[in-house]
Amino acid sequence: MKKYYLNYLDELESEAIYVLREVWAQFQNPVILFSGGKDSILVTHLAKKAFHPAKIPFSLMHVDTGHNFPETIKFRDDLIKELGVNLIVGSVQESIDQGRVAEEKGKNATRNALQITTLLDAIEINKVDCAIGGGRRDEEKARAKERFFSHRDDFGQWDPKNQRPELWNLFNGKCFEGEHFRAFPISNWTEMDVWNYIKKENIAIPSLYYAHEREVVWRQNSWIPNSEFLKLEAHEEILVKKIRFRTLGDITITGGIESDADTLEKIANEVSAMRQTERGNRSDDKRSETAMEDRKRQGYF
Amino acid sequence: MLDNNQLLRFTTAGSVDDGKSTLIGRLLYDSKSIFEDQLEAIENTSKKKGHDGVDLALFTDGLKDEREQGITIDVAYRYFTTPKRKFIIADTPGHIQYTRNMVTGASTANAAIILVDARNGVIEQTRRHTFIASLLQIPHIIVCINKMDLVDYSEEAYNKVINQFEEFSSKMLVKDIRFIPISALEGDNVVNRSIAMNWYQGAPLLHTLETMHISSDINKVDARFPVQTVLRPQSNNEFRDYRGYAGRISSGVLRPGDEVTIMPSGFTSKIKTIDTFEGTLEEAFAPMSVSVTLEDEIDISRGDMIVRSNNKPVASQDLEVMLCWLHNNSAKSRTKYTIRHTSNEQKAMIKDVVYKININTLERNSEDKDLHMNDICKVKIRTTKPIMIDSYRENRTTGSIILIDDTTNETVAAGMIV
Repeated sequence: MKKYYLNYLDELESEAIYVLREVWAQFQNPVILFSGGKDSILVTHLAKKAFHPAKIPFSLMHVDTGHNFPETIKFRDDLIKELGVNLIVGSVQESIDQGRVAEEKGKNATRNALQITTLLDAIEINKVDCAIGGGRRDEEKARAKERFFSHRDDFGQWDPKNQRPELWNLFNGKCFEGEHFRAFPISNWTEMDVWNYIKKENIAIPSLYYAHEREVVWRQNSWIPNSEFLKLEAHEEILVKKIRFRTLGDITITGGIESDADTLEKIANEVSAMRQTERGNRSDDKRSETAMEDRKRQGYF
Repeated sequence: MLDNNQLLRFTTAGSVDDGKSTLIGRLLYDSKSIFEDQLEAIENTSKKKGHDGVDLALFTDGLKDEREQGITIDVAYRYFTTPKRKFIIADTPGHIQYTRNMVTGASTANAAIILVDARNGVIEQTRRHTFIASLLQIPHIIVCINKMDLVDYSEEAYNKVINQFEEFSSKMLVKDIRFIPISALEGDNVVNRSIAMNWYQGAPLLHTLETMHISSDINKVDARFPVQTVLRPQSNNEFRDYRGYAGRISSGVLRPGDEVTIMPSGFTSKIKTIDTFEGTLEEAFAPMSVSVTLEDEIDISRGDMIVRSNNKPVASQDLEVMLCWLHNNSAKSRTKYTIRHTSNEQKAMIKDVVYKININTLERNSEDKDLHMNDICKVKIRTTKPIMIDSYRENRTTGSIILIDDTTNETVAAGMIV
C-alpha cells in the first residue's frame, strides 16, 4: 500500500516551488537576492528544481557591501557559472563614492544599514518588479508577519500594518509602476528545516559553514573574524579558534561559534541541540529590540 | 530523523484575555522550542513590567505597535517541531474587527484551536470563532476549555461548557470536534497530562495535535491540475522539444496514461509523463509540485486546468459564493473586479447580495446589501469567461477565490464557492 501524503520537508519544497513558479508567472522582471548565505543558496537550488529542465529564468542580484568573506565571492562566481545565469551586483562602495550614503562612524560601524539604499537603487535601475529573498518567518519577530508576496511602495518601503491579506495559495502580485514586491518562498522553513534539507539534497555551501581554524576576536558574546576591516580595541586580542558560522553576513558583523562540526551530518546535529537563536550572533540585530522591523520598513531584505 | 513526519498547520483565534498567547507560549516552552536568548529577553521584559516569573504570553508579541498596545493585529506565524510532527501556528487576533485576519489564518489550517474561559463558558466570541472555522472548513476543531485552575479543576464546569458548545455548534458543518480541559498558565493538559484532572481520560493538547489523522484533509479523489506556467527549455539537448505544464496538484492523483481533459477548451489527451528534477514519476498526488507532458500537442497556458476526463469540475460564469469582505473600501455595485481562481484570472461583478450573516447571532439579513470590511455574506457573482469550479466543501483549493480591486490592486475579498 502506497502512502498518499508528503513528509514535511517534501511539502515545504513543493510549496516553495509553487511560490517560485507564481513569481515567474506574475512578474516581468524578477530576480533572486543572492547573498552567498545558505538561505539564498537554498532558494537558488529550489529555483533550479522548479524550472527543470529549463534553466533558472531569474538573474541573481548580489548587494555587495565590499566587506565580504572572500570565500563567499568565490562561491557566488562558481555557482553563476554552473547555472548559466546572469549576475547583477549592487555595490555599496559605489553608493558611498557617489555620495548616496555615508559610512557609519564609531567602533561598531557597519555597512549593514547602507545596503538598503544600494538595494533599492539596484532594484530601480534594473527595473526589477519582484526580488525573491531567503527570509524566513522563524528568524525574527518582524519577519513572522511577512507574506509570501510582500508589497513595497514606490519608496521601497514595507507597511506592516497594511499588508495584503494572503488566503489559501492565491497570491496577488499586482502593482503599479515604480512599486515592487518581495517574495519569500521559504517563509515557512525553520533553521532546522533548512539544514535537514541541505543535508538530504547534499547542497554545496561555502566552507565557512563548516568548522575550520580561523583568526577571531571575542566581541559582543561571539567570535568576530579577523579581517582588514577590524579595528582592535586595547583589551582585545586575536586568537586562533576552530569555529564555524551559523549565518553569513558582512565579515565585520558575523559572529562565529566554536564548533567541531565539519560535515553536514554534524552541523545538523549541532543545530538541533542549539539553545540560542541563529541571529543571536548578528550584531546588526542587537542594536535595539525593533532593529529588524525598523530596517524592514525602510526596505531592507 | 523525521522521515515520515507530516506538517500540520493550525490556527488559534482569541482576544487579549482568554489566554491564547499564554497557551502558545506554553506549547513552545514545554516542547522545548524556545531558545535561551529568547527566554532571556522575555524574562527581562517580564521583570520590567513587574510580572511574577516569566510571562509566556510575551513570546508571541510581534510588531512594535502590537507590543505597545498589547494586542495582535495581524496574523503571525510560529513554528515548532516535535519528534512526531512539524507545526505551523497561524496566530490571529480574535476581536470582531479582525475577522479578516481570522479568515486568513483559517484558510490553510488543518486544525483550529478555540479557547473558552471555563469561568465564562461559551460567549459571543466563541460562536464567532467556531463559525469562521466551519465556514473555512477547517477539518479539525479542538475546543480548549482554559483556566481550569480557576474553577478548581471541576469536571462539572467542563461538562457545562461542552453542553453549551454542542448546543450552538450542531447546526455548523464541523467534521471533527474534540474538547480538552486545560490550564495554559499552569501547564495542565497542554504538553503534560494534568494530575489535578485525573477525571479527564483523553489526551493532552500536544499529543492530540501529534496524532490526529490529517492525511485525508486534502481531497485525493478529484484530480485537478491548474497550470501555473509552461516550461519550454528550447535548449540544444535532449529537452529541445520539451513542453511541460508546471503546477501544483490541487487535489487527487495523476498517473501517466490517464485520459485527461483540458479545461475550458475541452480538448482531450493522455498524460505522457509526470516530471520532477529527480526524474519521472509513476504517480503524483496533491500537494506535489510537478510538470506534466501530454501525448498530443495542444495549446495550453496559465489559467487552464488539466483534469481526468471522467471527473470534471463545472465550467461556469455564474457562481454563488460565501464572501468575506477584507478591505476598508466598501464594495461598489456594478463594479468589475478581477477574480482569481487557482491560476485563472478573469473579470467579475457582484450581481447580488443574497444575505449577510451577523457573525455573532448567526442570523441572516437579506435587507442590508452593503458590503463593509469584515462582513460575511452570500453573493452571486458573474464572470466574463467560465471558470472551472468545485464546491469549497469538496475542494478547498479549487473552491476558493479572491477579488482584486483594479483601481488599487488590493485584495478586497475572499470567497468560498457554494
